[in-house]
Amino acid sequence: MYVAVKGGETAIARSWDLLAAARRGDSALAELSLGQIRQQLRLAVARVMQEGSLYDEELAALALKQAAGDTVEAVFLLRAFRTTLPRFASSKPLDTAAMRVRRRVSGTFKDVPGGQILGPTADYTQRLLDFSLGHSSEVPPCTLADSGVPQPLPSVLEVLAAEGLIEAEQPLPGDPEPADLTRQPLMFPADRATRLQNLARADEGWLLGLAYSTQRGYAESHPFAGEIRMGEVSVSVCPEELGFDIDIGEITLTECQMINQFAGSKTAPPQFTRGYGLSFGEAERKAMAMALVDRSLRAEELGEAAHAPAQQQEFVLYHSDNVEASGFVQHLKLPHYVDFQAELSLIRTLRAQANSSAPQEAAHD
Amino acid sequence: METTTRQYWLSLLAHSPAPRLAELLQQHLPPAADISWLRRAQTGLVMLQGRSGGSGSRFNLGEISVTRASCQIAGWLGHGWVRGSDGQHAELIAQADALLQNPQYYPPLQAALLQPLQQELSARREQSARAAAASKVEFFTMVRGD
Repeated sequence: MYVAVKGGETAIARSWDLLAAARRGDSALAELSLGQIRQQLRLAVARVMQEGSLYDEELAALALKQAAGDTVEAVFLLRAFRTTLPRFASSKPLDTAAMRVRRRVSGTFKDVPGGQILGPTADYTQRLLDFSLGHSSEVPPCTLADSGVPQPLPSVLEVLAAEGLIEAEQPLPGDPEPADLTRQPLMFPADRATRLQNLARADEGWLLGLAYSTQRGYAESHPFAGEIRMGEVSVSVCPEELGFDIDIGEITLTECQMINQFAGSKTAPPQFTRGYGLSFGEAERKAMAMALVDRSLRAEELGEAAHAPAQQQEFVLYHSDNVEASGFVQHLKLPHYVDFQAELSLIRTLRAQANSSAPQEAAHD
Repeated sequence: METTTRQYWLSLLAHSPAPRLAELLQQHLPPAADISWLRRAQTGLVMLQGRSGGSGSRFNLGEISVTRASCQIAGWLGHGWVRGSDGQHAELIAQADALLQNPQYYPPLQAALLQPLQQELSARREQSARAAAASKVEFFTMVRGD
């Protein structure tokens, strides 16, 4: 428990000045523009949008600048800002099959319809520091193929689905409106829609660690990266004043379809099962980790023993939000003076008792 | 006006950069006094929905900022919706939407606004698709020889 305290206004104002000065750094150097952050730190911007649960590159870049590059603080700023905006509508479900694909790879098939497209990936770099980036550098022009990536690009999993080898992904009867964690508190057991929303805004480090634990044996689900695709998807809404669907622009998304080991029953033959990840921006690690954890959280539904941390809904979903986690960890900085005084007097009492009884105990030995 | 046509241009206008839209639309806009604003640009949120596995049940993925505006020009109601928080973009779309519904304005604007914007959008997308296609690979599995 912490208690309210008064005073410190001047010190607080001075701390704000110090923070602003530290953020700006050496004023002899040019100040960062939001455009520079958006363009040249696009993956940091994407992460702030994912965990801030708000797709807006300009606001995310501003949050990053204000937070001096502290991702979790930037996420907090974005989350706080979104509460000031009215909700206009929900979008039509994003059609990732119609994505204008810039990258698509599969770890399960060598030959996939439409081919494997590497796109702007760091996978094949040697991770050697490139000292030429220490100075301003010229970028070589990108080569253009004679024809573009086909659109729509057929999905890899369709090959398996056509043979019935993987579980079908179809809407529940009536295509129900999903629960919304921004409106309703997290309750257990959480359905898959709720879990996916939680995972989509979950801290990447948390998800990555949990996903890794499933691979190391703490919830064996034998995953394969069936398909990872990244590119642009149009956002469609149906404004009340129009009464028909319109596109309002496009966003970059990364989607991961994980293929996992079988589930079968007395009535159904064994089938591959699925884990699904979808992330704002170019975010392959996040989408893959999300897909692995989505699958591990389906343990109960698929009749698996849920013995590992990554299979336990409450453990995974309650601790995934870095705004909440950061707040609770850091609240320990707030005044706990009264609590601590109580603890202090208790320990003094205990020690005094121990000291006064010590000689007698020694005598018994 | 056919819904599909209006859907088409509203989508095209939202996918086009605001400065370019302003440049092409400027000379066709009536004097400000002839535009009555029912709603000046207002920024809010739209909750984006995905589907589990891409085709399954819906889930809420996260929100996106969206700006909307509505105006009336010579009896025609125009609405603009665009992702992001650029109020000018939404207001330009609303004005273009009102003008485009007017049979008098449609033909010149089709030629001077929609056509170039469509060409530019198609060119941007083609460029991006061809650049991506250039990184298409053929993987070979190595056969173990004896």
